[in-house]
Amino acid sequence: MAETIVKIRELTKLYAQGEIQVTALDRIALDIAAGEFLALMGPSGSGKSTLLHIIAGVDRPTSGECLVQGVDVTKLNESELADWRNQNVGFVFQTFNLIPVLTAFENVELPLLLTQLGRAQRRKQVEAALDLVGLADRMHHLPKQLSGGQEQRVAIARALVTDPKLVVADEPTGNLDSHSAHEVLGILQSLSQQAGKTVIMVTHDPKAAAFGSRSIHLEKGELTR
Amino acid sequence: MALPIRYSLRNALVRWRSTIATVLGIALVVFVFVLLQSLAAGIEKSSGNTGDPRNIMIVRKGSTAESASMIGRQNFQDIRYFPEIALTAKGEPIISADVLVLVNLPRRNHGGEANVLLRGVTPRGMELRPQVNLVAGRWFEPGKREVVVSAKLAKRFANFDVGQSFKSGNATLTVVGWLEGGGSAFDSECWLDADECRSLFERDMYSSFLIHPVDEAAGEKLIARIEGDRRFKLKAEKEVEYYRKQTMTAAPIKWLGNFLAVTMSIGAVFAAMNTMYAAVGSRTREIGTLRVLGFRRRAVIVALLLEGGFLALLGGVLGCAFAFYWNGYTTATMGMETFSEIVFEFSVTPKLVLEGLIFAVTVGLIGTLLPALRAARLPVIAALKSL
Ligand SMILES: Nc1ncnc2c1ncn2[C@@H]1O[C@H](COP(=O)(O)OP(=O)(O)O)[C@@H](O)[C@H]1O
Ligand SMILES: [Mg+2]
Repeated sequence: MAETIVKIRELTKLYAQGEIQVTALDRIALDIAAGEFLALMGPSGSGKSTLLHIIAGVDRPTSGECLVQGVDVTKLNESELADWRNQNVGFVFQTFNLIPVLTAFENVELPLLLTQLGRAQRRKQVEAALDLVGLADRMHHLPKQLSGGQEQRVAIARALVTDPKLVVADEPTGNLDSHSAHEVLGILQSLSQQAGKTVIMVTHDPKAAAFGSRSIHLEKGELTR
Repeated sequence: MALPIRYSLRNALVRWRSTIATVLGIALVVFVFVLLQSLAAGIEKSSGNTGDPRNIMIVRKGSTAESASMIGRQNFQDIRYFPEIALTAKGEPIISADVLVLVNLPRRNHGGEANVLLRGVTPRGMELRPQVNLVAGRWFEPGKREVVVSAKLAKRFANFDVGQSFKSGNATLTVVGWLEGGGSAFDSECWLDADECRSLFERDMYSSFLIHPVDEAAGEKLIARIEGDRRFKLKAEKEVEYYRKQTMTAAPIKWLGNFLAVTMSIGAVFAAMNTMYAAVGSRTREIGTLRVLGFRRRAVIVALLLEGGFLALLGGVLGCAFAFYWNGYTTATMGMETFSEIVFEFSVTPKLVLEGLIFAVTVGLIGTLLPALRAARLPVIAALKSL
């Protein structure tokens, strides 16, 4: 059994929506092993994104603990969390979230600007990441000059460029046609199988989930399987 | 760590359709500011360039303008042999008794009439004003009804070309040359022989004396002596001092320039604020993404300030360019004291351009501050979720 990279206990997230309180996550317990490709499934509003965001250090739980590589991310302050995210987590969004005014190369380079790496080393890593997603020849294109599938692959390159242990993807194929979706899922799969990265993917599409090594289901903030 | 500068620059340029109004607004403010200040600078230059720090100017006490001053002939006889006055090689005292006459003349192209200053000047007076040069034709000859007009006035008044004549009262004067005063007050004058001028216009009195003293100390002594002698009723001061006081006319224009700049810039600040609020609003998720990647609030604020500052700088450059179009353009105003035509040039100095640009960037930064703070205050997760 591989080491546990994510360890979640009693994780609860409450939202106050006016008078009523919404329980987005209800005392979740979850272990994720290093190198897993975990598909996080469930209907809309079941708390998938909330869980993913807490694991990735962009949101905070109401209570409970979330250890990633032994670090309790719920205890880090804002700037520690920013550094932690930069070094340990790669993000892939449903809407790609590339910066429109920056080229593919510049988008992928962004996370590296926060490191100590020199220009030459950054270039090397950016080119390697773009090569991995098969877009080395589109380096100097702006996002609007790329197809949706290509944009998402650039976004994956951006998530990989700092060589993080953990890659999180929130409905990465939600805005893609089936062919592009297939490509993107293949890349995520190879990240886990070949590069040994831990990939957590939110999806409500069983076909997408089938690319994963394990699926878990959320229902009204609770894990059902 | 900061976001790349090109992120801010490209964002400023890419939305040019929505920012053009703000850029033009700031350009307008800077244009008005720089233009009015360049007008004031031109007026100041026209008097500031006038005079020699060593020379002493004498007019009648209480007279507001040289042309309104009247000094009796006896005063000239009394003063000219004062030992404080330097002598020429031939032993003549260096003192020029000038007479100024205001004449009403027609403008070119039936543009109505305006007053022009005629200066009856002596050979000594011409030597004492070396900044005045002949640029066309020749100098007038003593005893002839000839006049050398300012080249700048020549462009504005009828019959001022070399060879033409104009009438004033019973006198007909022939233009024999054009002079240039190097941006001094003499650019608004026409010169003719002093004796000729006095006889033509039947002036028994003088308007002013210009004196070159032996040295600085003698100059001070001369001023004290004339001011102290109640017989004279004359005002003596350094020539540069005299013209500096005539410069007051630039003050209202400066004031107006500053006033308009301040009031208009309030509007420009709000325009910039509006633009940047829109920019920030449409990019909330993008800003959230940057934060997720690890960029701090500070980096976002700096990037947005840079964007707003750059937009404003574009406006500033544009405004200065518009203003610079008028640089060197000669215009005229009515002298407050003489009611004669005073010509001067718009003078867009490097200092004014710099002030205009700094002004523009300041407007941009102030306008961007609140939107930038709002963008940065948003929690990462809220920014990410926004659509
Ligand atoms: N900022 C918020 N304020 C209030 N309620 C929220 C907020 N974010 C999410 N929720 C609620 O929490 C629940 C889980 O949301 P989410 O994690 O986005 O679900 P999923 O990603 O599975 O669709 C939903 O009921 C949603 O309405
Ligand atoms: Mg979701």
